[in-house]
Amino acid sequence: MEKFFFLMFAITALCSGLAVVTLRNPVHSAVSLMLCLVQVAALFVLLRSPFVAVAQVFIYVGAVMVLFLFVVLILDIKKAAIETFPPVKRRFVGGVIAVLGIELLAFIFASPFGTAPADAAETTTESIGKLLFTKYLFPFEVVSIILLAALVAAVIMAKERQR
Amino acid sequence: MLDTATLIEVIIIIVKAWLLTAIIFSLPMPLTWLERKVAGHIHVRLGPMRVGPHGILQPLADTLKLILKEDIVPDRADRFLFKLAPLIAMIPAFLVFVAIPFGENVTIPFVNREVSLYLSDLNVGILYVLAIGGLGIYGIIFGGWASNSKYALLGGLRSAAQMISYEIALSFACIGVVMMTDTLSLLEMVRAQAGGIHHWNVLYLPIGPVWFVIFIIAALAEMNRIPFDLPEDEGTLASGFHTEYSGMRFSYFMLAEYVAMVSVSVLTVIMFFGGWHPPLDGALFNFVPGIFWFMAKVVAFIYFFMWLRFTLPRYRYDQLMTIGWKILIPLSLVSVLITGLMKI
Repeated sequence: MEKFFFLMFAITALCSGLAVVTLRNPVHSAVSLMLCLVQVAALFVLLRSPFVAVAQVFIYVGAVMVLFLFVVLILDIKKAAIETFPPVKRRFVGGVIAVLGIELLAFIFASPFGTAPADAAETTTESIGKLLFTKYLFPFEVVSIILLAALVAAVIMAKERQR
Repeated sequence: MLDTATLIEVIIIIVKAWLLTAIIFSLPMPLTWLERKVAGHIHVRLGPMRVGPHGILQPLADTLKLILKEDIVPDRADRFLFKLAPLIAMIPAFLVFVAIPFGENVTIPFVNREVSLYLSDLNVGILYVLAIGGLGIYGIIFGGWASNSKYALLGGLRSAAQMISYEIALSFACIGVVMMTDTLSLLEMVRAQAGGIHHWNVLYLPIGPVWFVIFIIAALAEMNRIPFDLPEDEGTLASGFHTEYSGMRFSYFMLAEYVAMVSVSVLTVIMFFGGWHPPLDGALFNFVPGIFWFMAKVVAFIYFFMWLRFTLPRYRYDQLMTIGWKILIPLSLVSVLITGLMKI
């Protein structure tokens, strides 16, 4: 049963991921990207980590995609659909994709995957919170400071333009 | 693989899901009637009176009209997204109810089987509701864009900006409730407020009322109702994102809006007003079933939202942004600090 659901979500995710890069209309690509992200969230649910799944929907599908769409909607869609992106030779793009693909596969096969099932107690929101404030406190603080810096930078850029 | 006990469980879940969907699907019919009646009486007139006694059959007449109307797709519109958008708006509004509890377990008479009054008690319930509820915005954005009309597009863009701004304040309000009750599960949240009105989160002095006000304002903006219905401002934008929609597709947007109003009322009751717990802890109050208290509170909030709609004028767009970013967000940050201090 679980395998069936996994295959269903994984295949949909792959197909919608392909659609993101092959569709000509940027808005249609955005819709496929949303679908893809939702499937990934469903995979997280299958892995017994509802918190990560909900965070995925909340942050990527809910917030990041709205910002994407905000930009895409004001684009001149007719023009954007005709232009090829990126504006360089096809052969060059193919080369870059091949290198990235090989790199990705190499990483996947080189890294050891744990096969033991996750401890059920470790996946609750409470334990994630505890880990964040004890074992992973330093990385957590670093990420917070990076985000704060980005926030301040955004405010400053907006202020500069006003003058 | 499947034994009888699991099979019965699955059947019960399917029946519950089906019942819930049917109830929510038919709820907007009485609600439109109620809204027009409330509007009428606030405006000192009678409201619908012709179809049936006190116009009670008016929603049926309206539904018939909407079904019979021509389904128009504008020239050079994005046909696929234009047809998809109303569904994207409607489905998340229903999905939210998966995580919402309506009461403690009840035993069905005769069969003697205990049944829970919720589909699923997620341990990330409140996050799920926020995440899924936020998806309805895409229906508005895509509907506005796909219509190939400048008013609809402006309506869609406005709502995107409005949602981003107010989702932050709404999430903060939920963080506040999570801090007050120490849980993310909506069921546990209600259990934490048992034992009379002074245990309800809205009276968690001094910070409870502040969180309640933040939540109500942000939720009003999220469900695009007056005074924050800028995406469909008929004075400046024709009727915003659904300008080009007609017939059933238009009614799907309306359906989503009414279901959103119901879910916000339900959430307010669960998060701040003690869910199915009676206001006083006495034998007489406990005698009344919990579901009655729950429904009474929800209806009171639905009436409250309708009352607001016909009482307040619409805000200007810059005022909307000022309220969101310069008042609600700083206020919620301070409230998080105060709630944290109270918990020490």
